Amino acid sequence: MAVSYLKSALGAGVATAFLTLGATAPAQAEDLTLCWASWDPANALVALSKDFEAKSGHKMSFEFVPWPNFADRMLNELNSGGKLCDLMIGDSQWIGGAAENGQYVKLNDFFGKEGIKMSDFIPATVTGYAEWPKGSPNYWALPAFGDVVGWSYRKDWFSRPELQAEFKQKYGRDLAVPKTFAELKDIAAFFQDREIDGNKVYGAAIYTERGSEGITMGAMDVLYSFGFEYQNPDKPYELEGYVNSDKSVKGLEFYKELYNCCAPPGSSDAYMSENIDAYKSGQVALQMNFAFTWPGIHADPKVGGDKSGYFANPAGPDGVQFAQLGGQGISVVAASDKQDAALEYIKWFAQPDIQAKWWQLGGYSALRAVVEDPGFATSQPYAQTFLDSMAIVKDFWAEPSYASLLQASQKRFHNYVVAGQGTAKEALDGLAADWTEIFDDEGKY
Amino acid sequence: MLDSSIERAARATPPVVAKRIQGLSDRAIAWLFVAPSIFLLLAVNIFPLIWTIRLSFTNFRVNRPNAEVSFVGLKNYINILTDSDVWLTMQATAHFLIWTIVLQVLIGFALAYLINKKFRGNDMWTTIIVLPMMLSPAVVGNFWTFLYQPQIGLFNYAVGFLTGTDPSTFSMIGDVPLAPWAIVIVDTWMWTPFVMLICLAGLRSIPGSIYEAAECDRASKWRQFWTITIPLVLPFLMLAILFRGIENFKMFDLVVQLTGGGPGSTTELTSINLKREAFEKWRTGYASAYAVILFVTVFGLASIYVKALNKVKQR
Repeated sequence: MAVSYLKSALGAGVATAFLTLGATAPAQAEDLTLCWASWDPANALVALSKDFEAKSGHKMSFEFVPWPNFADRMLNELNSGGKLCDLMIGDSQWIGGAAENGQYVKLNDFFGKEGIKMSDFIPATVTGYAEWPKGSPNYWALPAFGDVVGWSYRKDWFSRPELQAEFKQKYGRDLAVPKTFAELKDIAAFFQDREIDGNKVYGAAIYTERGSEGITMGAMDVLYSFGFEYQNPDKPYELEGYVNSDKSVKGLEFYKELYNCCAPPGSSDAYMSENIDAYKSGQVALQMNFAFTWPGIHADPKVGGDKSGYFANPAGPDGVQFAQLGGQGISVVAASDKQDAALEYIKWFAQPDIQAKWWQLGGYSALRAVVEDPGFATSQPYAQTFLDSMAIVKDFWAEPSYASLLQASQKRFHNYVVAGQGTAKEALDGLAADWTEIFDDEGKY
Repeated sequence: MLDSSIERAARATPPVVAKRIQGLSDRAIAWLFVAPSIFLLLAVNIFPLIWTIRLSFTNFRVNRPNAEVSFVGLKNYINILTDSDVWLTMQATAHFLIWTIVLQVLIGFALAYLINKKFRGNDMWTTIIVLPMMLSPAVVGNFWTFLYQPQIGLFNYAVGFLTGTDPSTFSMIGDVPLAPWAIVIVDTWMWTPFVMLICLAGLRSIPGSIYEAAECDRASKWRQFWTITIPLVLPFLMLAILFRGIENFKMFDLVVQLTGGGPGSTTELTSINLKREAFEKWRTGYASAYAVILFVTVFGLASIYVKALNKVKQR
């Protein structure tokens, strides 16, 4: 009798424990793979995701690919319907193709069900990373990482009295953060080939990379402020007279002049990492780069802390001021068999406290609650510059044919700026013709 | 001994199998053995080739799975052959191909000729010379970008030291006139040892008695070189040219790592251009036609060359 009672009690206990565990553990623990570029923010996301693993019971794996190969590798994965990635933090330009070809899961219903509102995110990031077609309330991603091209500069060099005096004598103004691109070029030229602390230094590290998207990101970052337009705002896909307008030509000529006068020798194929190296090794006074580089610069023992400052893109000749948008949204891959768990991750990631932690770890949150917090602008020396830059962003085409459009601009810009072939007018006329042909193939006319 | 092992194998064969095999002809058994290889060849070589040819007549794009695929006839072929950019990449490839082969054959043969002489440390020098070709092209491309670096690169420093030029005033991979030579230099550095090894094999295959006979006939060293060495090594040399020609026609990794096809499109070889069309622009039909054109070109040239090689061998 006693034994049978004991058995019953034990059985009941085991059953209770089983039921309790069943109630708290997820229905099915999954092994989720998140795909992104291999860079500093990815490491921060790995650290951040440990919280998700602890709370959800899912295990997170990561597939990070270096930037130059990121698009090749991941677009191959998406196009082939591969199941490697359950979550994809894909580049903003992929959104059109991924949406139209059914490679990303549409998130509208999920956002509605979970109470995730796009109005809670920085508007530019929603348009840039989540919407397709642009300007429509169709969401394919949650803004994950806000990024924008801006500038870092050697504050310590700028503050040297002898350099300040020499600069003032030469240009009639103070050596300070440039307000226009013309001023920026003067500063870069001032530092070019100068000897500082026994080392030869150079003016500005700018984007010139040929293989992926580098020179397009750099040239566009300048062209926007000179008045470049992708198309007729009233007549989509009408490019003639906009892509190759006189203002655009002036902008491209400026970019070439900046490259010729002030880039370090041998920077004919430089993108993010090359510019970081040039800046951190103390070679350049100014560095064009995405905002994601700023936490690393700030922490750098050689150029970090008070030695560096940050500023948003200066204005063009007409006072217009824009900057090239970077950054990405996080999407659920349609080919994934673990979409429920992937959506769980997005739900977790969208929470304000997680977004706040994301910013603390070095990830640029796009959540307004984080960036509009009164303490945000002063939380890091580059935080205000990030906010200023995010307010003036423009982005490259996000059409399904973006890859062809990008290759055309890479070729035209590199041929003109780096190889010195032809004129800016010829380069932009050629680009307008290339893009028109691509859109014609797409049946846009 | 052999008989007993055959008998043992025969005894070990299950009767059912033995009965089945008994009914097969030698030819059928031979086919049975060759079949897996043929199947593999069909699956990984012939089928993709046929599929590529089929795609080359369509407007298929692999990144548009929902788009309608239509037959476009010879449009892709015509577009490629009339595209001036494609011809520019062909010119870049021809420059790379011709100069790498010329330099590798000359230097490779010279090195082989020297190594063939008996001297102290011969084996050590052979090993040192052969080292570059043992490295991965990606690694070679990567470290030569450092050697070519205008400010810290050893190559620029050496040129500056020898010519008195400021090393930071020229960029081997960034200047349009220099970049095509930059890739030629690196490929020559890496693959000359390969040509040297083939030439060395040729030189060592020449019987010493021929030179002894020539000595008896009082032939000068110069005459021996042109009438014995060169003709007998020529088939080997031609084989090396064939291998290097095919390899360099499809050169991709080393150049991508070094220049990425730049500056502009100065070093954009056909294989880099093809990769951009296929996997960056995703113009699968167009890229298939491009691949077919390149295949036919290489296959055609190689066939003509092999015939010439056979003629040289027969002489």
